[in-house]
Amino acid sequence: MEKLNDTYLKIHSYESGGTVDGPGIRFVVFTQGCPLRCQYCHNPDTWDAKGGQIKTAKEVVAEIIKYKKFMEFSGGGVTFSGGEPLMQKTSLLPVFKALKRQKIHIALDTAGTTNIDETTLNLLDLTDMVLLDVKHLDDTAHKKLTGLTNERTLDFLNILRDKNIRTWVRWVIVPNINDSVEYGEKIAGFIKQYPNVELVELLPYHRSGVFKWKELGIEYPLENVPEPTKEAIKELAGILENNGIKTLYAK
Amino acid sequence: MDNLNKAWEGFKTNKWQNEINVRDFINLNYTPYEGDDSFLAGATDRTKKMWETVSDLMRQERENNGLLDADTSVVSSITSHDAGYINKDEEVIVGLQTDKPLKRALMPYGGYRMVEGSCQAYNLTIDPKLTEVFTTYRKTHNDGVFDAYTPDIRACRKSGIVTGLPDAYGRGRIIGDYRRIALYGIDRLIQDKNEQKDLTNLASMTADVIREREEISEQIRALQDMKKMAASYGLDISGPATNAKEAIQWTYFGYLAAIKDQNGAAMSIGRISTFLDIYIQRDIENGVITESQAQEMMDDLVIKLRMVRFLRTPEYNELFSGDPVWVTESIGGMGIDGRTLVTKNSFRILHTLYNLGPAPEPNLTVLWSNHLPEAFKKFCAKVSIDTSSIQYENDDLMRGFFGDDYGIACCVSPMRIGKQMQFFGARANLAKALLYAINGGKDEKSGAQVGPEFDPITSEYLEIGELERKFDKMMDWLAETYVNALNIIHYMHDKYSYEKSMMALHDKDVVRTLGCGIAGFSIVVDSLSAVKHAKVKIIRDERGLATNFEIEGDYPKYGNNDERVDTIARRVVKQFMDKIRRLPIYRDALPTQSILTITSNVVYGKKTGATPDGRQAGVPFAPGANPLHGRDTNGAIASLCSVAKLPFQHAQDGISNTFTIIPNSLGKTREIQVDNLVSLLDGYCGNDGQHINVNVLNREMLQDAMEHPEQYPQLTIRVSGYAVNFIKLTREQQLDVISRTFHEKI
Repeated sequence: MEKLNDTYLKIHSYESGGTVDGPGIRFVVFTQGCPLRCQYCHNPDTWDAKGGQIKTAKEVVAEIIKYKKFMEFSGGGVTFSGGEPLMQKTSLLPVFKALKRQKIHIALDTAGTTNIDETTLNLLDLTDMVLLDVKHLDDTAHKKLTGLTNERTLDFLNILRDKNIRTWVRWVIVPNINDSVEYGEKIAGFIKQYPNVELVELLPYHRSGVFKWKELGIEYPLENVPEPTKEAIKELAGILENNGIKTLYAK
Repeated sequence: MDNLNKAWEGFKTNKWQNEINVRDFINLNYTPYEGDDSFLAGATDRTKKMWETVSDLMRQERENNGLLDADTSVVSSITSHDAGYINKDEEVIVGLQTDKPLKRALMPYGGYRMVEGSCQAYNLTIDPKLTEVFTTYRKTHNDGVFDAYTPDIRACRKSGIVTGLPDAYGRGRIIGDYRRIALYGIDRLIQDKNEQKDLTNLASMTADVIREREEISEQIRALQDMKKMAASYGLDISGPATNAKEAIQWTYFGYLAAIKDQNGAAMSIGRISTFLDIYIQRDIENGVITESQAQEMMDDLVIKLRMVRFLRTPEYNELFSGDPVWVTESIGGMGIDGRTLVTKNSFRILHTLYNLGPAPEPNLTVLWSNHLPEAFKKFCAKVSIDTSSIQYENDDLMRGFFGDDYGIACCVSPMRIGKQMQFFGARANLAKALLYAINGGKDEKSGAQVGPEFDPITSEYLEIGELERKFDKMMDWLAETYVNALNIIHYMHDKYSYEKSMMALHDKDVVRTLGCGIAGFSIVVDSLSAVKHAKVKIIRDERGLATNFEIEGDYPKYGNNDERVDTIARRVVKQFMDKIRRLPIYRDALPTQSILTITSNVVYGKKTGATPDGRQAGVPFAPGANPLHGRDTNGAIASLCSVAKLPFQHAQDGISNTFTIIPNSLGKTREIQVDNLVSLLDGYCGNDGQHINVNVLNREMLQDAMEHPEQYPQLTIRVSGYAVNFIKLTREQQLDVISRTFHEKI
């Protein structure tokens, strides 16, 4: 318990019950700080690692446990999202340990942007499932879209396969960037190599976070990009399903 | 005896055939149903046509300023009107309150002023003879109350620190055990009542005994009248029902007698669906009826229940908007033996929301338990998502207090059916009491000295110790004045407007509760939190009264699952309850309270000045026990957790929570949405929350309905403890509903 008192985390915010970040009803912890600068990011206010509120690990755990009943009844749990939660993996380790003692289901919503070290591996041993955000399979496109290479994401997915960790791959669909039929086929072929991937979640790019960019005084790079249509999403989902891959998307 | 044999053929017997004991009958004979909704039948052509006719009448009613027709010369009673029909040859279940559909009856015993006010509002001319009778010869409940009211009570009524008192209309919140008529027939019930009366033939004639003998005599007369009423429809209810159709009809006749006899604020029907299932099941098993016929009977019953009307004043409508009558039916729940009380008929009655479309009445109330069959849970969630027409109350919590044959009266008030009744007490405005504590008993709006003349708070900033001390004393005074008013009201109601027909369907010795209530709950809690955790500066006007407040810094707000303030919330509930507990109560009724405002949160807000939590003068309160709109920023579940913490032990008359969520935030697919709503209800009940209204809708749709009401004739939404046709709300209340928190994430 000592560790919990003097371990600190930078938290952007909490959501008491998420229904769109993993199975069941989930408490969502949005951590502060992200190495990526995704052009479509709807939470740019989580980027700055110096921002957020400082909480002890003990406080974070106590907040999560308040919602245990809802987690139990729904088959839900807690989801660590961000920001990029793995930026704070050392501090997350004691939090995960404490949650496991309480038998709380832990999901990690990440782009896998971290080096694979002992802390990462230890953390994954305590993680029940991962929501892995694969922004783009093409590295050049990935760099353009996020500012960084996709190597770490793909390495991370390999580790998840090795450890056989239940994984949902998240595909944020942005018109003209990663919404073509060819890209859909490419994703399908890629996912098939990963038996640990239970499903692919199709997330249509949306503009509800644009106001945050304005608030932060940053220029929004996708100003003229429209939100994809429901039909387009359905069509892409069809490609995956034809390849025997389960999908999840808003109907 | 042949008739009895036929009526009870195939039923298992134990105690119920020798005594009036409906619960024993249900327990022995019902068939729990754990399956899904696939057996349900759609509306028959007859039902569709019938509902079309009634919908058309309702449209005419809406277009005619909310009133189709009213009786202006006949005083309503069980037998006052000839049989009334919608379409005689096509009706499966018969009986209307008056001789014509949607024609409102004249019920003057509660108060003649109410009748005059209603008639004036609708430009109706009352028969002058009637006016003469009720102003010259016959005293009403309302006259009696005002004979006895003290100056203190009158001042409180005027300032609005107590509002909505049932001193001019029927108190309601009494549920007759209408099932008794189906199971036993009227003659057996009369015999039972005669035996009850004979018990005191040799007793000393004390006031209590005299009153009891008079009341039982009244009850017997009501039972006799019920037979006459049924006879006018060509039916004989002296003996028990012999089949499903008769069981539904006999039960409905009992209810019909009640709503012809009384214009109570809430006229609930009890817990009839599982009882009726026994008859339906028997008829289906014997090949007498099909599933489609069973559904048709329930559909027709529900059509009748949707047509219940009372003549009300515009002021009344401001308090309880949308013409509600609270035909509350309690569905499902678990038996104390561990078997579920869900039957196929629990599904059928909910299915009427599909066969006839959504509607606010009857007030369909699911008694939720974590142990309910999964298929039923999912069906309920689906119905909620599709119709926003049902409310949920925690059976796991209430079963321990009320057993397994209780029903909900009105919105959230549990009571044992046929064994318990309530003296309805509307509510006291605790937020105003807090301002009185600051202003030394002076009303912040009128400046009048309404409360006792305490020293006002004179400091620049509110100090928590002083505020709590003064508030505590002010609550002592408020509780006493309030309970005094209620004692007078219920004494006079018993005297001048006794509910003979409903009490005829109760045991001899009933448990009475005094249902007090509080409004402005979240305002008080947040105000105390603001004073404790931030700095609250008093702004005084030229009269020296605190009429505004400036808050420096932030403070934890109720509705965020934050112990720093939720602990204040728990304490306030118990604190006011303890004040009520100390007072003498008419007829030794047990004190209870509810945290429920119905739609009066808007009127209460209007009558209350700015409060230390930062709420401006005139702004509506949150409904019931809800956190104030927009303050529950941690999401829906945090909000639910805060409300669930309130101690039911100290608010046994119910804790109302209205919850609105947009469909997408329940999940991405229909299946997930249903599962998540089920889990949400399970979690809320698992945390001991008592009541929850569930709305699943988008704000945009409500905005559109405000602009184009004609396109949304059946749009139903749950407000505090009941449901309304959205388009029947006043504009002010529509805006209030839209301004409330729509959880966009949970």
